[in-house]
Amino acid sequence: MDKILSLLRENSQLSYSEIATMINEPEDYVEKQIKQYEKDGVIRGYRAVIDYDKVKNSGARAFIELKVQPKKDTGFDEVAKQVMSFDEVETVYLMAGSFDLLVRVKGESVTDIAMFVAKRLSTLDGVLATNTHFQLRTYKDSGMVLFDEENDEDQRSIIL
Amino acid sequence: MIDYESVINHKIKNIKPSGIRKFFDIASEMENVISLSIGEPDFNTPWHVREAGITSLQKGSTKYTSNRGLTVLRKEICAYFERKYHVEYHPESECLVTVGGSEAIDLAMRCLISEGDEVLIPEPSFVCYNPLVQMADGVPVAVETTEEDNFKLTPERLEKFITPKSKVLVLPFPNNPTGAIMEKHDLEKIAEIVLKYNLFVISDEIYAELTYNNKHHISFASIENMRERTVVVSGFSKSYSMTGWRLGYTLAPKPLTDVMTKLHQYAIMSAPTTAQYAAIEALRHGDNDIKKMRDEYDMRRRLVVKRFNAMGLNCFEPEGAFYAFPCIKSTGLSSEEFCTKLLKAKGVAVVPGNAFGDSGEGFVRVSYSFSIKHITEALKRIEEFLKELNEEKQHET
Repeated sequence: MDKILSLLRENSQLSYSEIATMINEPEDYVEKQIKQYEKDGVIRGYRAVIDYDKVKNSGARAFIELKVQPKKDTGFDEVAKQVMSFDEVETVYLMAGSFDLLVRVKGESVTDIAMFVAKRLSTLDGVLATNTHFQLRTYKDSGMVLFDEENDEDQRSIIL
Repeated sequence: MIDYESVINHKIKNIKPSGIRKFFDIASEMENVISLSIGEPDFNTPWHVREAGITSLQKGSTKYTSNRGLTVLRKEICAYFERKYHVEYHPESECLVTVGGSEAIDLAMRCLISEGDEVLIPEPSFVCYNPLVQMADGVPVAVETTEEDNFKLTPERLEKFITPKSKVLVLPFPNNPTGAIMEKHDLEKIAEIVLKYNLFVISDEIYAELTYNNKHHISFASIENMRERTVVVSGFSKSYSMTGWRLGYTLAPKPLTDVMTKLHQYAIMSAPTTAQYAAIEALRHGDNDIKKMRDEYDMRRRLVVKRFNAMGLNCFEPEGAFYAFPCIKSTGLSSEEFCTKLLKAKGVAVVPGNAFGDSGEGFVRVSYSFSIKHITEALKRIEEFLKELNEEKQHET
């Protein structure tokens, strides 16, 4: 992957000039590249990585497997489009394997999500079966370790 | 009451305690201190290396190894050294696995130095050489390196300090704290002096894997005629981020390796077994880990050096290790004053250059073995500190 992208993936708050110094390229080159990535839709946005386990009233999350009957002309796209238009749905992937769509859903509570699946997803035309997995704890997200049970303070010795 | 003063060995009493202890006592009592002072990698040991250590424990490989270290490990070390630095050593008789590079340095000193021998030590440099020379009854002789020479050891300076008692030269490159490296032509000139005065060399190459700008490390043992008069000291701490495993090694001609092994076997027995198994994995499959870490350090290095120069602290471009060594003379403060003030005013800890020898006065050591986020925050604070210093000065005049 391009160096600029991998740097931004780690930390989207780096300035053009910082990135330019780090990869030893002129600043205007970096700026141009990033603008191009944004224009081409390679970079879709800049967001914070939030540890929801530490946020009060952050609700519940679940992964839902959907078995889908693909349509003759549109395959899985039509159902996927319907699924992704719900606000509750955060991500939708088409998968290879024993089910077809993997859907990440957020809701106010476990019941809330269960009802959403029962009433909204399983009733969609073409959905054959659902399987809901509730998320209990986040250990790692977007390459970032969130589960720091042992206080991993920097205990490296000072001088040597 | 026992008079401990009379009990304690006089040589250890004469070794000065680190002069900057006070400074770090202040740091440890402050809150919200952000440190750029630490001299070890911030990465975890690569997982596959840790796993190899774990597997060896599960298999019950928990006994002593042979005094010299596991045969397989010594073979891998020699193969690695030949592959990277093009010097051949015999795993059976010329390689000794030690408890970190530190033990290796201690062994080399104690096996080469006799009472009164002078040991030439380029400065600024790592803090352990002087005390270890003194404990071995040798006389440390500081050879100054300067910013004008890019902190390289020059033959002219070296020759000035040579006396009939000169015996050993320490070559600590890539250098902690300056980040200086020695290139092939630099080493060749030193080799001439070494030959001319019949010196022995302890080449501390622990940072060998961390060089930048495509300047690959050259081992002093690879310079013509130098293999036979050099003890190469290296290890796994810096290259594979394995500091806590305590594993290093020496590569040296058989007669020297034999005596170092003799001392090692009485004082240590053998290096940690688990660490030795992990190190085999590191040498076999760790090249990519080294590259990843080096690339990361390199980005931080560019950032740090550029920012220091931009804020008016002249910073020579370090091409090795993971330290920058900016000059703070323009502030009118001594190294210790600068560090103490910076710590108190902004809660940023860097190490005064004089901790690494008198010639480090006027500089501070800044480690970039920290995340970019951490580094940028610390640099921001240093920048504020300098601005405030300037304002103070203008106020006074």
